[in-house]
Amino acid sequence: MPPDFIAAWLNRNEIFTAMTIMEYWDGMVTTVQLVFLCLIIGLAFAVPLAILRTVKNPFVSGPVWLYTYIFRGTPLLIQLYIIYYGVAQIPGIQETFWWEIFREPFYPALLAFTLNTCAYTTEIIRGAIISTPHGEIEAAKAYGMNWIMRMRRIVLPSAARRAVQAYSNEVIFMLHSSAIASVVTIVDLTGAARNIYSRFYAPFDAFIFVALCYMVLTFILVFVFRKIENHLLRHQRPVGS
Amino acid sequence: MFDLKGYGPALLNGAVVTVELAFLSLALALVLGLIGAAAKLSNSRVAVGIATTYTTLIRGVPDLVMMLLFYYGGQVCVNMLSDYIWDTYEVDFFFQFNPFISGVITIGLIFGAYMTETFRGAFLAVETGQIEAARAYGFSTWHTFRRVMVPQMLRHALPGIGNNWQVLLKTTALVSIIGLTDMVRVAEEAAKAERMPFHFFIPVAFVYLALTAGSELFIKWLDKRANAGVIQES
Repeated sequence: MPPDFIAAWLNRNEIFTAMTIMEYWDGMVTTVQLVFLCLIIGLAFAVPLAILRTVKNPFVSGPVWLYTYIFRGTPLLIQLYIIYYGVAQIPGIQETFWWEIFREPFYPALLAFTLNTCAYTTEIIRGAIISTPHGEIEAAKAYGMNWIMRMRRIVLPSAARRAVQAYSNEVIFMLHSSAIASVVTIVDLTGAARNIYSRFYAPFDAFIFVALCYMVLTFILVFVFRKIENHLLRHQRPVGS
Repeated sequence: MFDLKGYGPALLNGAVVTVELAFLSLALALVLGLIGAAAKLSNSRVAVGIATTYTTLIRGVPDLVMMLLFYYGGQVCVNMLSDYIWDTYEVDFFFQFNPFISGVITIGLIFGAYMTETFRGAFLAVETGQIEAARAYGFSTWHTFRRVMVPQMLRHALPGIGNNWQVLLKTTALVSIIGLTDMVRVAEEAAKAERMPFHFFIPVAFVYLALTAGSELFIKWLDKRANAGVIQES
């Protein structure tokens, strides 16, 4: 019974041809590029911002707090709309070379995603930094380490261990949020699914397939982060395992 | 003051739609979360399997994809059902699957999965001694649940519920993509028509900011109440 059913289904299959599979593949490449770039850039900015956020002087930490508060308190979709529609309205931008870059929807989306993930990552790293056990800092001070060395050798490595779990959630969250890129005409995975849906009027085929693609990406990320976590926490592993 | 070019009332209506959507989805999510947590903590392997599949599936798929699937797929299902009913019973049955309903169902289902985890953790945090004591006093299962488990579980669940609510509130913006005229949709149309994106999106962003900030205060207050009588270690 099941093989007949599958064979019948495959015979009637007009949707998953080589061409549509290629469309999904191109969409997957766009999604992965977008998410990977925004995460890398976001993380690179989040580490210094998180350190600034822990500084006692309110004129230093205040602006960072405001930035994270605004970007964490509003939907990513609104941020994307403001940047995507807003960039064209900046006076004079259409004459500069920036226009060549920002005319493509990819870069406004990348900017919006980067700003968003950077805000969340900053708060994650800040949380990890302020929960550094006081004894570790005291010991570092007793060894005569200055602030920079303390940060580099003690605080940041130990914060990384505490942040990795929350950060892996943020990464998966970002992968899922990136689906809204399809709203500003980017053909990412979701965009490809929407195109294929409107061509064949087959919601289940188009969207369930893309859901499976996202699920595979999610499980790959979970696996990679479990490896990273094991690596970072290897000193806590029971002896002999 | 701030000139909204006549879009003010529409934006206000949109904000009301957003809040309604958020509250209805929250109610659905809480119910699903309680059911899911009960299933995960039950002895039945089937129930555990179903609940685990549910939470795993939801956490692997983007919210927008789910929403598109339910909105477009839901209509196809309704059409097939109405065809079937017409063919067999000759009764005309039809309804339009609107964006609001699909939004509530999708967001409710998604956050139901997150609430399941929250409630599961919270139930596990209630000491077994409490349950044993209730049993010893002859409380029935339902009574133990209602009088002993829920009041104590709520204290542990509140921070999680609060976080989920904050994320849920921002997820409601996605329903504008499938055509619900919430404030995001109104702002988008206004911004396109007037060619003034900042003018319309920034006020909407501030409404969301006010909603999240207000909820934060409310959750803090609730948390304080739920923790009354618990000695806080500072």
